[in-house]
Amino acid sequence: MLSVQDIDKSFGGIKAVNGCSINVEEGTIAGVIGPNGAGKTTLFNVISGFEKPDNGSIIFKGENIQNLTSFSISRKGLIRTFQITKALTRLTVEENMMLAPQFQHGEMIWNVWLRHIEVKRQEKENRDKAISLLEFFGLLPLKDEYAGALSGGQKKLLEMARVLMADPEMLLLDEPFSGVNPTLAKKLLIHIRELRDNNGMTFLIIEHDMPMIMQLSDFIYVLSKGKVIASGTPEEVRSDKRVLDAYLGGV
Amino acid sequence: MIEYIITVLLIAAIYAIFALGLNLEWGFTGLINFGHVAFMAIGAYTTALLCFSGVPLLPSVIAGMVLAGLCGGLLGIPTLKLREDYLAIVTIGFAEIIRFLLLNEEWLTRGPMGLHGYSRPFEELIPGDYNFFLLLFVLVVLVVCFLMLEKLIKSPWGRVLKSIREDEDVPASLGKNVFSYKIQSLVLGSTIAGLAGSLLAFYLQYINPRNFMPMETFYAWIVVVLGGSGNNKGTLLGAVILWSFFSGTRFAQGYVPISPTQMGALRIMFIGLLLIILMMFKPEGLLGKKEELTLMK
Repeated sequence: MLSVQDIDKSFGGIKAVNGCSINVEEGTIAGVIGPNGAGKTTLFNVISGFEKPDNGSIIFKGENIQNLTSFSISRKGLIRTFQITKALTRLTVEENMMLAPQFQHGEMIWNVWLRHIEVKRQEKENRDKAISLLEFFGLLPLKDEYAGALSGGQKKLLEMARVLMADPEMLLLDEPFSGVNPTLAKKLLIHIRELRDNNGMTFLIIEHDMPMIMQLSDFIYVLSKGKVIASGTPEEVRSDKRVLDAYLGGV
Repeated sequence: MIEYIITVLLIAAIYAIFALGLNLEWGFTGLINFGHVAFMAIGAYTTALLCFSGVPLLPSVIAGMVLAGLCGGLLGIPTLKLREDYLAIVTIGFAEIIRFLLLNEEWLTRGPMGLHGYSRPFEELIPGDYNFFLLLFVLVVLVVCFLMLEKLIKSPWGRVLKSIREDEDVPASLGKNVFSYKIQSLVLGSTIAGLAGSLLAFYLQYINPRNFMPMETFYAWIVVVLGGSGNNKGTLLGAVILWSFFSGTRFAQGYVPISPTQMGALRIMFIGLLLIILMMFKPEGLLGKKEELTLMK
């Protein structure tokens, strides 16, 4: 589904990503772990087109995407979330949700006039979908609040719900569980599995919560200093000496 | 007296249209345009010059709008990919370039002499007070602009603009072509400014480059900020307040022992003071939503 080969990305003298290669099979959940500054988020930025790689190639569904802009990558069904949550502060929770669906008729200025009825119908469909997702994430009572008024954890959930509104084929989730309470995190974990099993959705997830990512992932990449230092199933990674040295320490 | 009120309302309505364009760019999209007056100038001069060469009024007005919008788009292409503050610098420069072009290309614009003697809409058909008719005409245009913008802002299109204002990475990550929407906002805002320019030309009957000083842009900013950024009703209110104030002080001129120049300076000082007080006690503007402001990062 996604194949990243030999990606380099430097900022000034710092090689944030240094010859990193990963591969994610369709319908699987891949985890990315590693210490702070390992280059995980930069890797996400490069894959999603927010940064251009200095070298290397990124292939999504058999197509080279490393030169595409972020929005065209998103249109191909590869969508990301952000580590530092980006809620659209002065939009309501519902508006945040309604923004996400791709290729809405009403996003074209002419269609607001010319295809008025179709736009209205689509808005209704999207609103229904938004409401059921908000209900799942426990945000429904907040739907008319400004997103900026939500707590950090709620914003994280909103971002997750919003990205699901866009019907992605593959999701890049940057620390989806941070700041989310354990009960909801558990629920979210089950939901991600369901999306994989029932919808065939593919995931690449950065997460610092070890028990969580170990439970969730089919395959794990361990990054350190911009390189993949180990990869394998959660069991393999857990027992890998290099990983223990670099990251897990005395755990 | 009634004629005086009509004049005040006319100029307020024209500036309301002008400021609605800016509100779309700044209030809803977050674009900092410090050269809004350039598009008003383009609209006014295009319409007047085409009227001179015998083009009927409606096509001349439309040409003014199209040219203003086109210039907005052309200006946006190299600048909107940059960080937002660059747009402010480029637009203020562009407005001055336009003003100096109007001032110096005398073969076309008659330079500082300005243009006058062009026809006005239905002038020969209106028996009585032409300004009263023009006021009605401008009010109709204002209402149409207002309703159109309100509809657009509440549409999915407007939602994308607002999301760009908040954080453009989010719409980009959700497959929206942020650059294209910024251009659309700038083009539409500039087109509206061009329309306001045509109407201003009809009202003034005589235009020259001095009508398009950088200060005009900032009058529009005052109107938008006063009423509450991102609130079209606030923009209408802001325009009425600003121009009532301007004309009210002109009215008071007869009763206070200071020279007109001093009065002019005093007016601007007072507006400055008013804005400071507004920012202290009602920073969201008169009709702005308090909650929105408390959420700002």
